[in-house]
Amino acid sequence: MSTNTLARRGSGRSSDKAFHLATLAAGCLILVVLFSVAAFLLVQSIPAFQAQAEEVTGGAGFWSYIWPIVIGTLIAAAIAMALATPVGIFVALFISHFAPRRLALGFGYLIDLLAAIPSVIYGAWGYIFLAPLLTTAYDWLAANLGWIPVFAGPASQTGRTMLTAGIVLAVMVLPIITALTREIFLQTPKLHEEAALAMGATQWEMIKMAVLPFARPGIISAAMLGLGRALGETMAIALVLSPGALTASLIQSGNQTIAAEIALNFPEAYNLRLSELIAAGLVLFVITLAVNMLARWVISRHKEFSGAN
Amino acid sequence: MLKVDAKQHQSQLTRNRLPRFALLAVLFPAAIAAAAAATLIGFNVVLWMVFTAVLFVIGAWLITLLVEGSRHAGNRMIRYVVYGAFILALIPLVSVIWTVLERGLPGLTSNFLWTSMSGVTGAVDNRTVAEGTPVLGGAYHAIVGTLQISLVATLISVPIGLMSAIYLVEYGTGGPLSRAITFFVDVMTGIPSIVAGLFAAALFGMVFGPATRTGFVAAVALSVLMIPVVVRSTEEMLRIVPNELREASYALGVRKWRTITKVVIPTAISGIASGVTLAIARVVGETAPILVTAGFATSINWNVFSGWMASLPTFIYYQIRTPTSPTNVEPSDQRAWAAALILILFVMLLNLAARLIARFFAPRTGR
Repeated sequence: MSTNTLARRGSGRSSDKAFHLATLAAGCLILVVLFSVAAFLLVQSIPAFQAQAEEVTGGAGFWSYIWPIVIGTLIAAAIAMALATPVGIFVALFISHFAPRRLALGFGYLIDLLAAIPSVIYGAWGYIFLAPLLTTAYDWLAANLGWIPVFAGPASQTGRTMLTAGIVLAVMVLPIITALTREIFLQTPKLHEEAALAMGATQWEMIKMAVLPFARPGIISAAMLGLGRALGETMAIALVLSPGALTASLIQSGNQTIAAEIALNFPEAYNLRLSELIAAGLVLFVITLAVNMLARWVISRHKEFSGAN
Repeated sequence: MLKVDAKQHQSQLTRNRLPRFALLAVLFPAAIAAAAAATLIGFNVVLWMVFTAVLFVIGAWLITLLVEGSRHAGNRMIRYVVYGAFILALIPLVSVIWTVLERGLPGLTSNFLWTSMSGVTGAVDNRTVAEGTPVLGGAYHAIVGTLQISLVATLISVPIGLMSAIYLVEYGTGGPLSRAITFFVDVMTGIPSIVAGLFAAALFGMVFGPATRTGFVAAVALSVLMIPVVVRSTEEMLRIVPNELREASYALGVRKWRTITKVVIPTAISGIASGVTLAIARVVGETAPILVTAGFATSINWNVFSGWMASLPTFIYYQIRTPTSPTNVEPSDQRAWAAALILILFVMLLNLAARLIARFFAPRTGR
């Protein structure tokens, strides 16, 4: 052995370089994928933007085709958020502060199970089980609160309405909000909590004074991530909602969301219809991107002093 | 200066506190009043329980307000609201699982598991209903499709996700590129699944002509959803590998890439494997991207690169949305729920496997 193997130049150096480059390439590929998602959607949707107004579905140009379903998407997401955010926060509080220590972890798993159920099964459940169940409630709403535009009758006799779709969405968004806020509630400094209790605060006063102020940015971003999910959810709406024109009443059939519009029409679409739907997908992509980036920005802005990341 | 009154025998600590039986004393009248109120509208158990809960919370709040004061009353109210929220969240979970079990179990036969839908037409279903014979046709082709698509998606996303996470943790520490990747991985987590499907459809549509629908296109769409999950979980696992291990390896003269592949990854492998399993569980139930990329088939397709392909979620969707026989929907319904049961079992098994992997293959930390 005349040469020391350790001192030999280049032993393994090239593989070191190659490995570094491979990891770098994988990282860059992710960026490329995200940008090509935007680029391909944009390129394929150009025909829809350029088409004559009367060629587009609805016969009045792309924007008047898209805006009712954008509003529909926002309505569905708003119902889901209005129901899921308070319940989600309370459930997170239950798991982090109210449940017996020993059972809290198990309860957490139970709520996570809600997130594991595939969306198509929620859709089927909403279509076959929940919608018929809610028809009597809708009849009652139409009879007694019909003077409010959102409950204007006659109520749908199948129950396949925007409100049902919103409730199903709320069930799907709930575990996301709960999981994220629970993590943040658990990070509340123990000393703050104990100080509040030592001053004679009741448990709720302690939560109001120590836990909630600490968790506020985390709650906001959790809600926004849930909103991102609610905006993009497809199958639950496609199965539950009986779509139609934009209507104010939530208990009649009607309204439509972008994602469900794409899912229902894409399999039979070709040429201009195809690029219309891809353009609708682009609009959805931009909306959810904006919501998600806003949420991430809120998190990163408060990262230093809240630990809510 | 002791205040002498009727309550003198009570200890100072329990004065102005409700005794334990007080809540029961609220519950029974609440239940009776609720039963009366529910009967006025039309009695059913759900209505009765809801009324009982509402009346109980109001009654408990009132009695606490009178005895213990407003602060404790508010506290008690919130406590019950929080408990109620948790029960409310469990109702859909129980209801979904019950619905799937109740409707899915009758259809879950070996015939359902091992036959496809090829040759099963509306006429066949009509005859089944008319003669009362067992439902024909099954989800074999859909199970095969789901397994193939998930497998290919995993094969695409795991190397990319793993390598990116290694880059983030080991090489690009805090640089602008790694910050950009972290940010956009977070953003990618929020891409709606249907948009991922449209992307894959648009990409392959431009390269291979419009309406290119194969299992592979669906796998690419699922990879877009899966990669960020793999990156995030792997990154977290790599970050908790102690730096001393890396330094010990460098001190022995081991190259960086050997250190990563022989020391860092084996230490974190249980966490990585469990993260990947969870990522598979997340995409296996995705419907929308497969709907727009893989089309739909009624027979078995073993080739991911050509031809339309069925999958469990799209099978469920089409059996409910467009029953095989429009006049007799029961056989289609039964097939859909049996497929839903299989899908839920898949997802639950994957989740369970992830937890077991994380527990049993965790690195030995003892000496």
